[in-house]
Amino acid sequence: MNNGRFGIHGGQYVPETLMPAILELESSYNKACRDDSFTQALDRLLADYAGRPSRLTFAANMTADLGGAQIYLKREDLNHTGSHKINNVLGQVLLARYMGKTRVIAETGAGQHGVATATAAALLGLKCEIYMGVEDMNRQALNVYRMKLLGAEVHPVESGTATLKDAVNETMREWTRQVQDTHYVLGSVMGPHPFPTIVRDFQSVIGKEVKAQLQEKTGRLPDVLLACVGGGSNAIGLFHAFTEDSQVRLIGCEAAGRGIETADSAATMTLGNPGIFHGMKSYFCQDDQGQIAPVYSISAGLDYPGVGPEHAYLKDIGRAEYVPVKDDEAVRAFEYLSRTEGIIPAIESAHAVAYACQLAPRMKPDQIMVINLSGRGDKDVAAMARYKGEKISE
Amino acid sequence: MLPQWHVIRGKRSVNRIERVFTGRRKAFIPFITAGDPSLDVTEKLVLTLAAAGADLIELGIPFSDPVAEGPVIQAADERSLAAGTNLDSVFNLVERIRGDCQTALALMTYANPVFRYGIDRFAKRCGDCGIDAVIIPDVPFEESEEFRPAFSQNKVHLISMIAPTSAGRIRKIAEKASGFIYCVSSLGVTGVRSQLDDQISDLIVQLKKVRDIPCAVGFGISTPRQVSQMAAIADGVIVGSALVKIIAEYGDQCVEPVRQLADDMIQALDA
Repeated sequence: MNNGRFGIHGGQYVPETLMPAILELESSYNKACRDDSFTQALDRLLADYAGRPSRLTFAANMTADLGGAQIYLKREDLNHTGSHKINNVLGQVLLARYMGKTRVIAETGAGQHGVATATAAALLGLKCEIYMGVEDMNRQALNVYRMKLLGAEVHPVESGTATLKDAVNETMREWTRQVQDTHYVLGSVMGPHPFPTIVRDFQSVIGKEVKAQLQEKTGRLPDVLLACVGGGSNAIGLFHAFTEDSQVRLIGCEAAGRGIETADSAATMTLGNPGIFHGMKSYFCQDDQGQIAPVYSISAGLDYPGVGPEHAYLKDIGRAEYVPVKDDEAVRAFEYLSRTEGIIPAIESAHAVAYACQLAPRMKPDQIMVINLSGRGDKDVAAMARYKGEKISE
Repeated sequence: MLPQWHVIRGKRSVNRIERVFTGRRKAFIPFITAGDPSLDVTEKLVLTLAAAGADLIELGIPFSDPVAEGPVIQAADERSLAAGTNLDSVFNLVERIRGDCQTALALMTYANPVFRYGIDRFAKRCGDCGIDAVIIPDVPFEESEEFRPAFSQNKVHLISMIAPTSAGRIRKIAEKASGFIYCVSSLGVTGVRSQLDDQISDLIVQLKKVRDIPCAVGFGISTPRQVSQMAAIADGVIVGSALVKIIAEYGDQCVEPVRQLADDMIQALDA
C-alpha cells in the first residue's frame, strides 16, 4: 500500500496549509515505529494504563440461545475509558509529544474518542480541545462533562448537521489555524494519509490479541468476525490480523438508521458512491452533485456519511462484507446482550450484536464467531431509556 | 514543462489570465459564491464587478462541507445550496455572462463536486463555457496529477496554492504551476482578519526567486488598506469574505454596496 492508497481509495486531499503537517506526521510516525523508547512506552501504557490485553469472553448463554455458532466477545468495553478508542489515542498522543507538539485537538461523535483523547492528554500533559456537534452534545451530555472533568475544552459545533461530520470539518479548520504546535488526533481509520494507516496500526492490537486468545482457547481461527463500522477503526482493528486468512469471513455492520429505503440512514457502503472528502477518496453518502448527504443513526458514533478508505478497498476486492443494521435492531440487541450475558454494549457495538443474532443461528455449532464489543453502553443508558419512552433523571 | 498552449494556440484572446497581471496596476480579484442569494444576482454582481475594473472574478461553487472556509463563506454556500444552485446552473450562468463580458473568470470548488461530475466532463464544460481557471483547495500538489491533465487539455488553468507552511515545497509547486499562484496570506481558513501576517512577503520573495510567475494573495484581506498593503508585495489581491458579508447583509439589494467596496479597493490599488 504505497502513498496511502488502498486500491483507488485513500490519498491526501487536504489544503496546502496542512500538507507539510501530514508529511511531518508520516515521517515522525515511521521514525517512532523504529524507536524502541516509543514502542516500549506505548506497550507499557496499553498494558498498565488501558488494561490490555482485553478479555475474549465466550458468550455461553447467547450461544445456547441462538443455537448456532459459538460466539465470543472481544471485550474492548473493558478498556480504560470504556471503548477501543483508547488504543489509538494513547498511540497518537504519545506521538504528538514525540513530535514536540504541546496541544491536541480532536473531533468526537458519541464522545468516546473525545473522552479518550482528553484522558491521554491529561496523562501525558498536553493541552486538549475537543470539537463536538451540538446535536451529539445533547445526545451524550455525560461524555461532555467527562471531557471537561478531564481538563479538556469542548467546543460546540453548530454548522451543517451539527454531528460528527461537522465536528471533523471544524477540527480540520482549527488545525489549519494553529498547525505548528498542534496535533489532530483523528479518531478513526479515515482522513488523509497517514491517518488511516496510523490508526489501523494502533487498533490492530485488537485482532492480534483475538488471534492468539482464540488459538489458546480453541486451537483454531474464527469463521466469522463481526464489528460495527462508522469510520471503521474498531472493525479494521479486528480484521487486520486476519486479512490474509481468506477462510475467515469479515463482516462490517453499518448503521441503517430508520432503514436504507428511508432518507434517515448512515449506511455508506450500501448507499454511498465513490467520492473525495475529509482528505480521502472513499465511499460517501452524497447526492448526484457531490454534496455530502445529511445522514442519521441512533448511534452518534456511526452517524457519519463516509467510511475509511481501507474498508472501501476491502469491499471493492470482496474481502470484507458490509451489512446495514437498523436502529430498532440495534436497540433490541442492546437489550438482548444486557439480559442474556449481563453486558451492556455501546449502541454502536450493538449493531454488530444485532447482525450476530441473525447470522449465528444459520451457522454450525462447530463454527466460531467473534464479535468486537467495541465499547460499553453506560453512555447510552439515558438515551435508550428516552428511546423506550421512559422518564428518568440522570 | 510550462503549459504553453495559450501562446501556441493563441486564438483564445492571448488567454484572459495573462491579461489579469499585465495591467497598469495590481490585479483586483473579487470572490463571490455563485447563487448567493440567487444566480440572477450573481450575474449582476459579476457584470458590475467587471465594469468596476475587477481583473479576475472568482466564483465559488457552493459545497455542503467547505473545510477551507470560515463562517462567512460557509453561510454563503448554505444560502446558495438552499436556493437550488447546482453545477450545471453555474455553467449556464457563465455562458450567459460570457455573452457580454470578457473579464477572466475562475471557479473555486472542492474536489468532490468535480470528481462526482467527472473530472474530464467538468474540465471540458469549464473550457467550453469560458472559465479560465479552477481553484480546488483540497487538491494539493501531491494529488494534482489526477486533475491536471483534464484541465490543461481543455485550456483551463488549474491554480496551485502556497501557504505560510509551504517552505521547502515552493519550488516543486511553482514548477508545475499554471496561470498564477494563489498565496494563502496566513494560517487558517478564509475570513476577515484584522491583522495580516508579515510572513507572506518572505513567501512571495522565495517564490519569485524560484519562478517568475504572477502571484495573488488571498485569505483575510478585507479593507482597502489591507488591499494596498498586499498589492505592495504581490501581483494581485483576492477579496472574498468582506464582499460576501455585504451580500449576506443586503441580499437582493447587494449589488450597489458591493460595487462601492470594490470601488474603494480598486482606488486603493490605483493610489
